[in-house]
Amino acid sequence: MATSQPPVGTLAPAGLAVVRPRRQSTASWPLIDRVGYWLCWATGIALCAIALGIVLFMLIKGISYLQPSLFVHSPSPSVRQSEAGGFFDPILGTFILTALGIAIAAPAGVAIAAWLSEYARPRALARAVESAIEMIGGVPSVVLAIFGLLVFSQGFLGFLSQRAANGAVYGRSFFGAGVIMAVLALPLIVGATREGLAQVPDHMREAAYALGKTRASCIRHVLLPAIRPSIASGVVLGMGRIVGDTAIVTILVGVTLQNEAVGNVPVIGTLRGTGSTLTSYVYTNSPAGEGNAPQKAYAAAFVLLMIVLLLNALVTRLTGANERTGGRRRLAGLRALARSAWTR
Amino acid sequence: MRTDQRAERALGALAVIVLLLIAAMAVTVFGKAWPSFSHNGLSWFGSGGDVDTQLRAMEQASPLAGHSLYYFRAWPLLWGTLVTTVLAVVIALVVSILAAVFLTEFAPATMRRTLDPVIRLLAAVPSVIYGLIGILAIAPYINDHLISNARKASVGYVVQLNGADVATATVILAVMITPIMVALIAAALATVPRSWREGSAALGVNRWRTIIRVSLRTARPAIVAATVLATARALGEAIMLSMVSGGRGFAANPLDGITFLFEPVRPLAATIVQNAEGLTIPVLAHTIYAVAAVLLVSAAMLSLAGWAAKQPLKRYGIRA
Repeated sequence: MATSQPPVGTLAPAGLAVVRPRRQSTASWPLIDRVGYWLCWATGIALCAIALGIVLFMLIKGISYLQPSLFVHSPSPSVRQSEAGGFFDPILGTFILTALGIAIAAPAGVAIAAWLSEYARPRALARAVESAIEMIGGVPSVVLAIFGLLVFSQGFLGFLSQRAANGAVYGRSFFGAGVIMAVLALPLIVGATREGLAQVPDHMREAAYALGKTRASCIRHVLLPAIRPSIASGVVLGMGRIVGDTAIVTILVGVTLQNEAVGNVPVIGTLRGTGSTLTSYVYTNSPAGEGNAPQKAYAAAFVLLMIVLLLNALVTRLTGANERTGGRRRLAGLRALARSAWTR
Repeated sequence: MRTDQRAERALGALAVIVLLLIAAMAVTVFGKAWPSFSHNGLSWFGSGGDVDTQLRAMEQASPLAGHSLYYFRAWPLLWGTLVTTVLAVVIALVVSILAAVFLTEFAPATMRRTLDPVIRLLAAVPSVIYGLIGILAIAPYINDHLISNARKASVGYVVQLNGADVATATVILAVMITPIMVALIAAALATVPRSWREGSAALGVNRWRTIIRVSLRTARPAIVAATVLATARALGEAIMLSMVSGGRGFAANPLDGITFLFEPVRPLAATIVQNAEGLTIPVLAHTIYAVAAVLLVSAAMLSLAGWAAKQPLKRYGIRA
């Protein structure tokens, strides 16, 4: 060993002559360690394969059964798939529910987040609200759905759905589902907004106060405009959750595939009525539902997947914009996922 | 200043509504569920008879011979939930630890750039699509190729095997919960101080051992937290499970060996979805809300466990 060592003094700056392999070779590892190493590779590749499999499968099935006419025709009850209509109503239903849910959840979520981050007095109340929001994130959506059914079939809320001849309130309507969807999206929006508020440097608040702004005005005119991308990513995450949820739709809206309005008032009537969304359409047309029209289910599922992937790309873009200003972009998507996971 | 106080009050009031919502949910669901619990007592959670027959009896308002209309033994449903959740979480735990280690330690840059959106995608796919793939592609395949006729005949006198079963449900559920676990564990691994790993490497420990002995051990609280979170999600999954788990309130028997994996189950959440149409029938509604109450309590417990698991994370400065 000593012979291979160069004489002292020939190495000018220390370290320059030492060429280290970029990556330690696994050849010298004990067998069991190498097995672990290869298992890691196998897992990584398997996850890619599963994702690729899902996308390709849906792509092939979707493209082979998707026709432009499906987008403009309403579903009609029929045993034969060729006469079962399209999914115009479900797409409209998805749109209505998402709009309704976000219209309620976005202002409420931002307001709650602002209170939690900027006021939070009394402290105990703030802690309680914090854990309540976390708890809502953990409640299964089926439980939220049947809780909603219980609430909206109360007599005094009859104006939100429809009444039977004997005065019983039906409880199932786009209104009710929209409210429960808002509850579903709330934790995500609160989480994203608080995340954004925590990143605003204190000197911005101090500058606002120095200029004589009140707390409320500072939130409204300084903080909220500054964290717009965070709020937007929270809203898009919430939209993704609403678009993808099935349990709430099947229990609170979807008994009929067509959107059936109640009464004659155009918009309000539809909102009071029942109907379907893409998710409940897929569920009903799968072998698990009553329709059993797999081709329709595949086509609708493909459209649904495209919408969800679009929203997903939007979130990546929005959080990506955030990350870049922070300087680090490594595994940006995963980090966003980890953050939103806590607030589900 | 007056407007500022008003703004604080208004925002605070809005936040308090969330508290009221949780309270209202607990009170109403338990109130509605109480008749079912009080008629059955603790045997509600026990086994006895076929749950599906009991539910159908409530639907038709014709009590089973020798029992009240409320007679309900939820064990098959609880067992179904337990089996699918535990198996899926165990699979997902192994997979996600390996994947997280791969992402943070071994994956070359291109692989890392591919896996990042891939995991996001797996997390974003709606459960109804997972269910659709399960019931139209995986279940028929299992039925045709993996379950032999002899196996079907061996349990034919109690239950029919058709491919929608414990195995299908568990595997798909594992795929659904893996992404968040990977994300959380990878985030924790990324925050392990570099000097700790270098210290280990300087002692001549190879990279794999360093990961096992130093990185994973440091990230242990995050792994626990991720597991709790994933358990909560698996527990609440209703639609996918109601599509692929077989939809029959059957307590799959582990003593059947491999056949156990091909037996149908129906977890609690899926039971709610499948009986949602019957919520106008009072007795059935009480029973379904009792099922929901069990889920609600479990979710609250997991929420608490998640909070406890997150406490050590704050020490390492991981946002939680």
